[in-house]
Amino acid sequence: MDLVQMQKSLQDYTKSLFLEGILDSQFLQLQQLQDESNPDFVSQVVTLFFQDSDRILNDLSLSLGQQVVDFKKVDPHVHQLKGSSSSIGAQRVKNACVVFRNFCEQQNVEACHRCLQQVKQEYYLVKNRLETLFKLEQQIVASGGMIPAVELGF
Amino acid sequence: MVCEMETDQIEEMDVEVLSSMWPEDVGTEADKQFNVEKPAGDLDTLKEVTIEEKPTIADLTRLPDLLNSTHQGTSQLTNLVKQWEYMQDNAVRLLREELKILNRQREEAEAKELKIIEDYKFESNEPENVPVLDETSDLFRKFRQKKRDALVDSKRIEIDEEFDTVAYWKQKALSLEKMLEASTERERRLVEKLHESLKTMESHAAPVQELTQNLNRAEGFLHFILQNAPIVMGHQDKDLRYLFIYNKYPSLREQDILGKTDVEIFHGGGVKESEDFKREVLEKGKASKREITFTTDLFGSKTFLIYVEPVYNKAGEKIGINYMGMEVTDQVVKREKMAKLREDNAVRKAMESELNKTIHITEETMRAKEMLATMSHEIRSPLSGVVGMAEILSTTKLDKEQRQLLNVMISSGDLVLQLINDILDLSKVESGVMKLEATKFRPREVVKHVLQTAAASLKKSLTLEGNITDDVPIEVVGDVLRIRQILTNLISNAIKFTHDGHVGIKLQVISEPSFARDNALNADAEVDNGLTETSVWIRCDVYDTGIGIPENALPCLFKKYMQASADHARKYGGTGLGLAICKQLVELMGGQLTVTSRVNEGSTFTFILPYKVATSDDYSDDQDEFSDMTDHQSEPDDTTEGYFQFKPLLGSIYSNGGPVIGNGFLPHKVMLTTSPIKLINGFVADHSNNTGQSEMVQVENGGYVDETKLETSSGHCPESAHQYENGNGRCFSKESESCSSSQASSEGGTLEMESELTVSSQREEEKAETNLTEPSKPKILLVEDNKINIMVAKSMMKQLGHTMDIANNGVEAINAINRSSYDLVLMDVCMPVLDGLKATRLIRSYEESGNWNAAIEAGVDKEILENEQVCVRSTNRLPIIAMTANTLAESSEECYANGMDSFISKPVTLQKLRECLQQYLH
Repeated sequence: MDLVQMQKSLQDYTKSLFLEGILDSQFLQLQQLQDESNPDFVSQVVTLFFQDSDRILNDLSLSLGQQVVDFKKVDPHVHQLKGSSSSIGAQRVKNACVVFRNFCEQQNVEACHRCLQQVKQEYYLVKNRLETLFKLEQQIVASGGMIPAVELGF
Repeated sequence: MVCEMETDQIEEMDVEVLSSMWPEDVGTEADKQFNVEKPAGDLDTLKEVTIEEKPTIADLTRLPDLLNSTHQGTSQLTNLVKQWEYMQDNAVRLLREELKILNRQREEAEAKELKIIEDYKFESNEPENVPVLDETSDLFRKFRQKKRDALVDSKRIEIDEEFDTVAYWKQKALSLEKMLEASTERERRLVEKLHESLKTMESHAAPVQELTQNLNRAEGFLHFILQNAPIVMGHQDKDLRYLFIYNKYPSLREQDILGKTDVEIFHGGGVKESEDFKREVLEKGKASKREITFTTDLFGSKTFLIYVEPVYNKAGEKIGINYMGMEVTDQVVKREKMAKLREDNAVRKAMESELNKTIHITEETMRAKEMLATMSHEIRSPLSGVVGMAEILSTTKLDKEQRQLLNVMISSGDLVLQLINDILDLSKVESGVMKLEATKFRPREVVKHVLQTAAASLKKSLTLEGNITDDVPIEVVGDVLRIRQILTNLISNAIKFTHDGHVGIKLQVISEPSFARDNALNADAEVDNGLTETSVWIRCDVYDTGIGIPENALPCLFKKYMQASADHARKYGGTGLGLAICKQLVELMGGQLTVTSRVNEGSTFTFILPYKVATSDDYSDDQDEFSDMTDHQSEPDDTTEGYFQFKPLLGSIYSNGGPVIGNGFLPHKVMLTTSPIKLINGFVADHSNNTGQSEMVQVENGGYVDETKLETSSGHCPESAHQYENGNGRCFSKESESCSSSQASSEGGTLEMESELTVSSQREEEKAETNLTEPSKPKILLVEDNKINIMVAKSMMKQLGHTMDIANNGVEAINAINRSSYDLVLMDVCMPVLDGLKATRLIRSYEESGNWNAAIEAGVDKEILENEQVCVRSTNRLPIIAMTANTLAESSEECYANGMDSFISKPVTLQKLRECLQQYLH
């Protein structure tokens, strides 16, 4: 694949992530923060997000798996995940977390289980997509190309 | 022979019927039928009497004639006659059949008689000659008698005597004689019977009786049908005079009607119409129906369905009309109701569709507005980047021309930003998204701050004044941010259009205005937020001695994007949205904004708003929580101060910048002592008693404070001395006691240009900030537990040119604040260990009391705090910005209630951070 084509497909791919609502404008904020002094900023943050989220989801599964669910433990985790997903622009994870928190407030165990599944699903989706995105970017960089700037306002 | 006789009889009767009997009878009958026979009551007898007494009434005499002279009448008669004839025929047929039977019987009897006679002749050949013996004959007779008794049905004559004897013959003759007798008797009886039946036939067959019966039946039938029908029938001659009328429930007597026309009988609505209608039918000769509503004194308002047909005589001439009316008032009412319902229905449907259309349009409009808002928002982000970069660029080394160009660029960018902000504000108000907050505030301070802020950027020699009457409460409840926005907008507007003289704000309590009373209910519902304060209406005049507004421009003054004239727009700039926003905000708060103006003399913008008056209990509590507005140990005078004046400096060397703030009229009072940080923040507070502490800050903050900070207090000589020590030499007038300017003197040249370009004051301040932050960077503390959020925020700060300290929770934050002094704290609300709201409360408590006792009570590590406590003491109110996950009004209220100054909704963006820094870091 030649460079121009790769850049084009990266652009299209990024665009599709926004169009599908997987990412929102906050992700653009991250990209804006990435510059020569901090060239890997986005992937660093996102990697941190992955690590953090893996841990949180693990903890959540454990907490919700208890005989008696301690919602005081569950809720902060969800809040945490909501905060971080919101910060990187993982919109659908964030939205799922909002729903999740509502059910936490209601102490609805069954709904919380469903929400956890939903959050996981959205999380793995965004993880998968972002990893693909980074791979594409790496390929472009490896071929000596520039990462095309994300268009605003599509 | 009998048959002939009968047919003769019938013919005779026929003739009779047609000639004489019919009319009289029918006439009487008809009269009875239609007029006399009433169901019950007094009327009945009256009617009957009437008729019997006056048999000469027109109808009685005329009806037979009528019947005879018209086709209808003759056809009726013909029908009756035909019917009668048919019945007669039938009777004749029956009679003939009976006669036939009788004849046959008679013939049989005759035949039998003949046979008997023959028999007798044959047998009496001999007995004629036989001598009759008395004894034997006697014997014989007896014997025969016996025999006959025994053999009565055998019809045979059996003779016991010896054949051909005298006795025998005698016997036979006797028996035969008896048979003959019986036969004769039978014949006689038959003839009798025949006569009898002929007689009865005669009586039955009388045509008069037949017709009477028929008529009775017809009468009964008609009665049965018409008994309770609300029907009026009548016949009128060609002059429309009643000849005959049948009315089930008559309200007039016959003689009042007959021989008269409708018009003569009735008066009122519909009478003429019905008469005309009848005449029309008579003329056209065509039966027709019409509904006519009568409104007469006689029977009120009633609707009749009237059928009128013309009546012709046999010669085909019109002689009058028959008319039949049925009362249909109820039906008409029902029908009208139905029609009305249907009409209503149709109207409602039309309205519904209209409404749907409107809704659709409204939705479209809303969507368009939303899109505009979204677009504006989208434009704002990159634009603020452009302007921001331009500003940073302006801090680098540039030659004069470059700087000029850059300033044009910045001011244009600013204008666009302002426009977009205005659009967003407007669309917020219009779409109802804008929520009003109810917070306690001090109107005097708000006025003072607004004037102060305006004075700070004043580039003209104008006097700014504030005048608040004594009856205005010290504290009221309202949306202070919005009120301040309105005031600022009106003041900056006034300044813009005023070249010399003065601009001022006047506050006074008024009685409830009339427009509010009309909407009293709505207003109550809107303003009522569970507090029980009494309401007060405050009128606020913002007046100037400016160019004024021509009368013809007044109507469109508050319209969006409109300015008094295109010339003004060119000359003075501005978006043309400011007044529209003010008006909408005032109206949103339940008030009214008006303007009066005279060209070249000045304008006065007046807005009247309702406020709740805070209760005194709340007042004291509030002191702790809302200390941003009020000084902790403020002098009592200050809160009730009713007059402020900000005068231009006489002979100031900073002709373009530095306005002078003073209270010339009340020199003994401490009017304004301002720390530059506070002034620029827009949260000007009186720190007259904290001057010692302020100095510490000055020292800490380095040189830039030196230049700008001038804090004096007229009541304190040492401070005055300090002012001169600072060597500004700005205050030549004794009345100018305090002045504040954030514009660095080094910017003098720039400022001159800026004044031409109408750059907002904020920008200048910001510029000053960017200039001055070079030597000493402001210290920022981020309190956040989420690593990712920290990473992102830190990176953003870096891009904005700042570094941050990090605290992971409220306790860490308190420790950090205790250790070193910060200029700004960004505080996450929801955190483990100690959340942002609690932490902020503790920090505020520390600022007030100077110790961390509250924090220690709350469980924050005692030792650390105590150790550090003596070293550094925060003196100014530390700006704490909340970072909230949701931006709902409740949440922001909570933030304010806990002592936070503002909030940023998450996720944090560059734009939000930049705006926040612009507002709070100077």
